[in-house]
Amino acid sequence: MTLRGVTKRFPGVVANAGVDLVIQAGEVHALLGENGAGKSTLSNIVTGLYRPDEGSLELHGEPVELRSPRDALARGVCMVHQHFRLVEPFTVAENVALGDQRDRTLVPDRRALERRVAALAEQFGLAVDPRARIWQLSVGEQQRVEILKALHRDARVLILDEPTAVLTPQEAHALFATLRAMAADGRAIVFISHKLHEVLEVSDRITVLRGGRVVATVPAAGATPEALAALMVGREVETNRRRPSAATLGDVVLEASDLHAEGDRGLPALRGVSLAVRGGEIVGIAGVAGNGQRELAEALTGLRPLVSGHVTVAGTPLRPGDPRDAIAKGVAHVPEDRLGTGVAPSLSIASNTVLKAYRDPDVSAGPFLRRARIVQRATALIARYAVQAPGPETRARDLSGGNLQKVVIGREFAGEPRALVVAAPTRGLDVGAIENVHELLRSSAAAGIAVLMISEDLDEILALADRVLVMYEGRIVGERAGEGADVDELGMLMAGGGAR
Amino acid sequence: MRIERRSETPRWMQAAVPLGSLAVALVISAIVLLVTGHNPLHAYRRLFEAAFTDPGALSSTLTAATPLCFTGLAAAVAFRVGLFNIGAEGQLYMGSIAAAGAALALAGQGVVIQIVAMAVAGGLAGAAWALIPGFLRAFANTNEIITSLMLNYVAALFLNYLIFDTLSYWRDTSSPGAAQFPQGKALPDAASWPTFGLGTSLVIPFGLLVVVVLAGIVTVLYSRTRFGFEAAVIGDSPRAARYAGMRTRRSILLVMGLAGLLAGVGGASQDGDFRHLLDPRGLQQPGYGYTGIVVAALARYNPFAVVLVAFLIGGLSNAGYALQGADFPAGLVGVMQGIVLFCALGGELLTRYRIRLGRSPAAEAVAA
Repeated sequence: MTLRGVTKRFPGVVANAGVDLVIQAGEVHALLGENGAGKSTLSNIVTGLYRPDEGSLELHGEPVELRSPRDALARGVCMVHQHFRLVEPFTVAENVALGDQRDRTLVPDRRALERRVAALAEQFGLAVDPRARIWQLSVGEQQRVEILKALHRDARVLILDEPTAVLTPQEAHALFATLRAMAADGRAIVFISHKLHEVLEVSDRITVLRGGRVVATVPAAGATPEALAALMVGREVETNRRRPSAATLGDVVLEASDLHAEGDRGLPALRGVSLAVRGGEIVGIAGVAGNGQRELAEALTGLRPLVSGHVTVAGTPLRPGDPRDAIAKGVAHVPEDRLGTGVAPSLSIASNTVLKAYRDPDVSAGPFLRRARIVQRATALIARYAVQAPGPETRARDLSGGNLQKVVIGREFAGEPRALVVAAPTRGLDVGAIENVHELLRSSAAAGIAVLMISEDLDEILALADRVLVMYEGRIVGERAGEGADVDELGMLMAGGGAR
Repeated sequence: MRIERRSETPRWMQAAVPLGSLAVALVISAIVLLVTGHNPLHAYRRLFEAAFTDPGALSSTLTAATPLCFTGLAAAVAFRVGLFNIGAEGQLYMGSIAAAGAALALAGQGVVIQIVAMAVAGGLAGAAWALIPGFLRAFANTNEIITSLMLNYVAALFLNYLIFDTLSYWRDTSSPGAAQFPQGKALPDAASWPTFGLGTSLVIPFGLLVVVVLAGIVTVLYSRTRFGFEAAVIGDSPRAARYAGMRTRRSILLVMGLAGLLAGVGGASQDGDFRHLLDPRGLQQPGYGYTGIVVAALARYNPFAVVLVAFLIGGLSNAGYALQGADFPAGLVGVMQGIVLFCALGGELLTRYRIRLGRSPAAEAVAA
């Protein structure tokens, strides 16, 4: 498969810019890059889900146009998604046969099908019982069914999107053996990941994406994690934007000790995180998305129950899983998901200004709210943070991302917090708005607030943080001073390079 | 042709769409009437007269509208927190049973005591019934649409059981008519709620005044109190509510209780204002609870609009009774009512979505 100059634009972003890529039969080809580097868009183009705005695709040397996933499947391009596409009550064999256009008999021969599936499973080392029902299988086994589906359709190109994210290390090794066997069988395997050591372990060639562009394609033999990390992260840090560190730091305000918590899928997401943030300090949490950062923010602000460990604010323990307690003790939170969590989108700026403070005696009298004072507060917030909005009655969802973030930050500062947990504070904002938000964070630290900033944007962390903690697979795997931190080294820690 | 969501509803549509929907409904109904050999203009004039201008018509319309106000509010109140209370039907039955029980137990007491006792008993019974899906929703995350709907059947069976299948406290076992057909015991005279006359022809039931006051209370509750603020945030984004430290479960229980209370007082009003006995057939036949959902939807869950819409829908169903006869079958009346409701809901869709003719951008991209 060959891609020439593939470009895909979405409103406001270029997801892929002039991507050239050659994937050969018989190789495992890794696509490596941070979140947002364009890996997913590229795989969606190759599987016919998106159509490129520019550029062309060739399969076996012939130009092709993939109009739909069905087109791609018919040409032998299959994908194993991160979230499986399986019918839970059906058996393995039934799922494998599902949607296969070649079998046009009314009543498929179940036995023959099961035999075929068992033979394929045997050949590629995919241990799974063809008669088992999907809901009975572990996640790793379900992934094998997805691969069997592709093999049964005789896929020539198989794309796996972050296949190891849901696997144990042992399952991952078994998967790698299968991928090697499939490549040896003359198929092309595209392996999408942001984990350096996996990529080095399984692939023949590695293409690194950054900002939607191909940075380099290198053979895996001879590549080092350091070199790959440098390619992945890039070096675009402007050191002159650095904030001078506060001369004197206050006492420890926000402290977490040995936090363990589960993610939404019930898997361990935090595996023993301890950290301390002092008043006036900005601590940055760096890491590739999905390594427990969101769960950490939620655990610190009471949104996520803890399995074990505890959080203290200025020495007083927080009640786990109780956001109101965290708010009362002065933990402000600017969540990653601004529109769905940070505000009630259909309500006005005024309502959202008092989303947390509506219980205060200042804006409520007994069971009643004092509308006039709420509007007054909102008007003051709009003026103070220069929110571009027609007025306090404007709905939150009608604000731009930057203005919405100003409302959220303004509201959180208004509560006179002792600690501030911010996640992805500038994601999706334009340059001016980013500078604004950064300025607000700097000034809050200068006012003595303990700031914990979680971001996937290393530039942002280096520009603001006094200390940088790197998270990987639910643990803090490294700590560096913000001043003079080495980007390559951080990048390697983020990709699990230090954990080996 | 495709349908896309509007980001905002133009102001002119707020008034134009309901009127336009009504006009479309009248045109479609006219076709049906012509096909079945009736003169549409004549039928419409009769409809209007029977609903509003005939002697006693307006009073009958108010009689039909009163329970719809209660059930409409019961649905509207729950929707504010994003809950679909389909159970107003059952909540009304339970309210009616409890209120009739209270009235019978307090025989010999004065009017004021009777009214208060019936309203309180009915409201509490309705609230308790609504709290079952409320608890299931808050603590087991069970879909309240299913549970509240299913409980309607339970309540209906219980209601039938009390009168038809057992010699219960509610059943009349002494009067001569009761030997022919099972029926509820007549409530004491003091349990008849007062009516207010305006002029000679218009009779306003007490229950209607009660529900208008309740609509006012609900409006204040939802627009001016912390409780209402929490309900609005939960209805808009449960995650934001949790983030803000709100007690979501408590709010869900309170709101479902309030919804059940409103429907339950509606059941008490049925006993006190109109039926004066526990009347299983009469309570079940009109489907007040289900029509109330339509009323609430058309009123966009605004409490005062619920009262207005209930008045119009009440007029329509009242006129239906008046129109039907040998030359005008009941089925045809039902068809006309259905067309009006269908068009009203369809028009509602237009205020939130727009219809575009032509190919979708996706299809164009494929063709390009």
